[in-house]
Amino acid sequence: MRGSVTLPTPLAEFPWRVVIPLIMLVAFGAAVLHSAAGGSMDPYASSHLIRFGVFLVVALTISYFPREWASYVAIPAYIAVLVLLVAVEAMGQLGGGSQRWLELGFMRLQPSEVMKPGIVLLLAAYYHSLPAAMIGTWRAIAVPLGLIALPMALVLLQPDLGTSLAIAFGGVVVMFLAGIPQKWFIGGGVAAIFAIPLAYTFGLKPYQQQRVLTFLDPASDPQGSGYHIIQSQIAIGSGGISGKGFGEGSQSQLDYLPEPHTDFVFATMAEEWGLIGGLFVLVIFGIILRWGLIVARDAQDRFSRLLAGGLTATIFFYVAVNLMMVMGLAPVVGIPLPFMSHGGSSMMTNMLCVGGLMMVERWNRRSIKT
Amino acid sequence: MDRKITSNTLKERFARRSFLIGAIQGGIGCLLAARMGYIAVAENEKYEMEAESNRVNLSLIPPRRGWILDRNGSPLASNRADFRVDIIPERVNDPDQTVNLLSELLNFTPAEREDLRFRLEESRGFAAVPVANNLGFEDFAAVSVRLPELPGVVPQRGYSRYYPTGPAVGHLLGYVGAPSREEYEEEPQPLLMTPGFKIGKDGVEQQFEMDLRGVPGARRVEVTASGRIVRDLETRDDVQGDPVRLTIDGPLQDYAARRLGLESGSVVVMDCLTGDLLCMASMPSFDPNSFSDGIGRLEYSMLRENDRVPLRNKVLQGLYPPGSTVKPTVGMALLGEGIDPDETVFCGGGLRVGNRVFRCWNRSGHGSTDLAKAIYQSCDVYFYAMAQRTGMWPIANACMDYGMQQQFELPVANQFYGTVPNPEWKMEKYGREWQAFDTVNATIGQGYMLASPLQLAVMAARLATSEKVTPRLALNSTVPQFEDMGVSAEYKAYIRQAMSDVVNGPGTAGRARLPMEEVLMAGKTGTAQVVGLNFSDGRSGPWRFRDHGLFIFFAPFDNPRYAGAVVIEHGGGSGAAYPVARDVMTFMFDPNQGLEALHALEEQWGGTAQERLDRQYAQYAASQGVDLPPAPPPVTLARQVDAEARAAAAEPEAPATDAFVPREEANPRSDETIT
Repeated sequence: MRGSVTLPTPLAEFPWRVVIPLIMLVAFGAAVLHSAAGGSMDPYASSHLIRFGVFLVVALTISYFPREWASYVAIPAYIAVLVLLVAVEAMGQLGGGSQRWLELGFMRLQPSEVMKPGIVLLLAAYYHSLPAAMIGTWRAIAVPLGLIALPMALVLLQPDLGTSLAIAFGGVVVMFLAGIPQKWFIGGGVAAIFAIPLAYTFGLKPYQQQRVLTFLDPASDPQGSGYHIIQSQIAIGSGGISGKGFGEGSQSQLDYLPEPHTDFVFATMAEEWGLIGGLFVLVIFGIILRWGLIVARDAQDRFSRLLAGGLTATIFFYVAVNLMMVMGLAPVVGIPLPFMSHGGSSMMTNMLCVGGLMMVERWNRRSIKT
Repeated sequence: MDRKITSNTLKERFARRSFLIGAIQGGIGCLLAARMGYIAVAENEKYEMEAESNRVNLSLIPPRRGWILDRNGSPLASNRADFRVDIIPERVNDPDQTVNLLSELLNFTPAEREDLRFRLEESRGFAAVPVANNLGFEDFAAVSVRLPELPGVVPQRGYSRYYPTGPAVGHLLGYVGAPSREEYEEEPQPLLMTPGFKIGKDGVEQQFEMDLRGVPGARRVEVTASGRIVRDLETRDDVQGDPVRLTIDGPLQDYAARRLGLESGSVVVMDCLTGDLLCMASMPSFDPNSFSDGIGRLEYSMLRENDRVPLRNKVLQGLYPPGSTVKPTVGMALLGEGIDPDETVFCGGGLRVGNRVFRCWNRSGHGSTDLAKAIYQSCDVYFYAMAQRTGMWPIANACMDYGMQQQFELPVANQFYGTVPNPEWKMEKYGREWQAFDTVNATIGQGYMLASPLQLAVMAARLATSEKVTPRLALNSTVPQFEDMGVSAEYKAYIRQAMSDVVNGPGTAGRARLPMEEVLMAGKTGTAQVVGLNFSDGRSGPWRFRDHGLFIFFAPFDNPRYAGAVVIEHGGGSGAAYPVARDVMTFMFDPNQGLEALHALEEQWGGTAQERLDRQYAQYAASQGVDLPPAPPPVTLARQVDAEARAAAAEPEAPATDAFVPREEANPRSDETIT
């Protein structure tokens, strides 16, 4: 046990180190959503808080799962989510349009979201079972690539580029951490350089191509697809150091900022809270991600290590891509900011990741004790 | 490389690589923080300005238009506060739905709905399209509460132009309307795109546009991205345009317009001493009040189908053969050539020149005729005979001296100058020699001769004063000095007396005598034949074959103060014209007596000009339904009207080949004087 303060065991074992920053971030997010709704708890802030509450309980429950359950459930969970993805695709085909979710009443479940922690869990289990000597062989690469490609393809069919990239990112980071020889990554990187122009020409839909072009030169189409990036930067830039004040952001309050409560929630925040608010958010994310990497580092076995590292990377992917997007460093892809954007799916995915990390942290503690 | 990979190597590799990932994450975090710092601190000023320019919208407040005043300071055109609704086409999502909802809210007729739909389609994206003005507060409120369903619809309080005498000043003042695309391109200012701003489209409104316009006010408002106004930030008031004061006598203008009644014609009255135009009435006319929101298709169809051309200002753009009204001027020319006014010519109903006979309108002849009698009895033969002696040139020069074929410096859009023929002109135009019959025709104001009512009024004023009186329309306090025309006092008095005898003596217009003892009016009748004798008797039959009736006048005859001209198109002879002149001058000297006469007439006609126009419109609307071609934009309309006018007034394609034969008794006799 660290520290000299003696607390009752349940309290001492409670993952304060992540729950406190999370509560701060979510509460701050709720304040921003309150402002984005024109100074009202409804419709965004209240449901944001309720969802956080629900998924915090879910995450804490997950954290009590024993290690055996986790590795045991990896393959069935992956298959179940794949089936759900196919089901959603089929329903979309029958319903005559693209559908990405299942209606659960209190929220819409996107199976593709569950796949993000799902792929990490599966690959962690796979590499755990793979003998160490085989890490340099084709089996260590081809099978995981196939496992990643399958859900990616299904999600791309929806079509949802952002989510499929997130799945790929999580999977590839696990492969990287698992110790795949560097040459493969270098080779993959070189291949990607050649593949990108091809993918751009043949793989992207015209609206996606437009987004990439717009990202490269937002001013080329200020009223069209460049509008998002320009307005978002105006919001962040006009906030200055200390912001315009709570509820005073003209960009978000007067509807110039698109999606002020979801993808561009950071811009909404930055306009009213300024650079100080922005640094606060960055620091909190830093604390959470650092905690995730510490959990991974302290993990006692390969499965736990890879699981924790992959889950941390998944959260990081969200944060990094969203923030780069709102600051004009990345094209507009529909990826929300974890714990701040309004939206059940994103909250669920990220809380599942947090739950998985808390679970690993608990295993670590147990193994130290024993 | 490393062949012996154990789980320990992998663990080390994990530690290295997770450290690398952590470093990358930290690096990206720092990059994001730096980027944000750069945007929010270094570029803060730029983005703050952009946010401000998003948030704040500067909208112009259309200036109140200056009033147009008559010579006594009464408004001929003023402004009325009203509620109005406009549409900004580029902000409309679903034009059909917007039109339907607005039509429902404002109780539009199907024709009005079509007009709105058409206007919206035509001007898509350009400037505000007026939907309705003069709305009651309830209609205004009904539209205002439905605004969330009506993107692009702008209800506002504003001012609309108000012409108290409506159709009476239609041609004179013109009308106002939203600027057209062409007008905007000519003067690309944001003001012209402002909803509710009106520009002068014709007449005085157009000529004095820059004086009347004023300076727009401005309103800084906070707006949402969709253009909804959140609150006012700052307002600068507009500066009303300057008033324009005209020489027109408002009541007289109204009286003259109404006195024209059912006829198609014009009345011009001017002040002999100053040249002030007191009245320039042209009827039938349009109601400029109902033009200010664009011309509706019903209205336009009605105006266009009317063969009396209500869109043409006949005072300036109507050209007519002056007929016998030119005789006093020809008389002046004869006197100038040294002909003794007492010398007589025997009129036996015609004049034989060579082997031809030129006929007088009075087939039985006037007997022994001197100049005075030739004027008051309008004897053609006297002028035929005398003109043979002087030739055409002195007559043509006199006509031009007295105002024919002259354009005056007036603030009007367009004046036609007509024709005074002479041998040179004929040779140039038709390549033919001047013939004796051409002179004969010209002396009685027929043939090629054409003049506008304004020119005839100027002619009357110059005959009355023997000074080169020039008309003016903008009032100023200076009394102009006119050039003397070099007519001896004796001759001046002679012609005045002869013209007085037309009305007050044994002349052709005894019924034109003013119903008052102290003022005697002098005048000259004229009948302009529009078709040959074999076509029509000039008084009955199809309207467009009837003769024009003309009358020029001044009063009091011995000390002229007012002069003018009346032209009644196809009135069937001068008998249609001089009663109008009589009543107008009666009104001038004794308004009550004049009004009495008018009220009696209006009772017969069925109301004032405004009332009749409104009723006509309602009838027309009821009979037509919606199936009408849309109205063209106002600019095109004006051009078209001009073109028609010009075509109608064009000189004949082929030269005249023979003498003009005056219709017998073309100048209806005065009952008392001719036996």
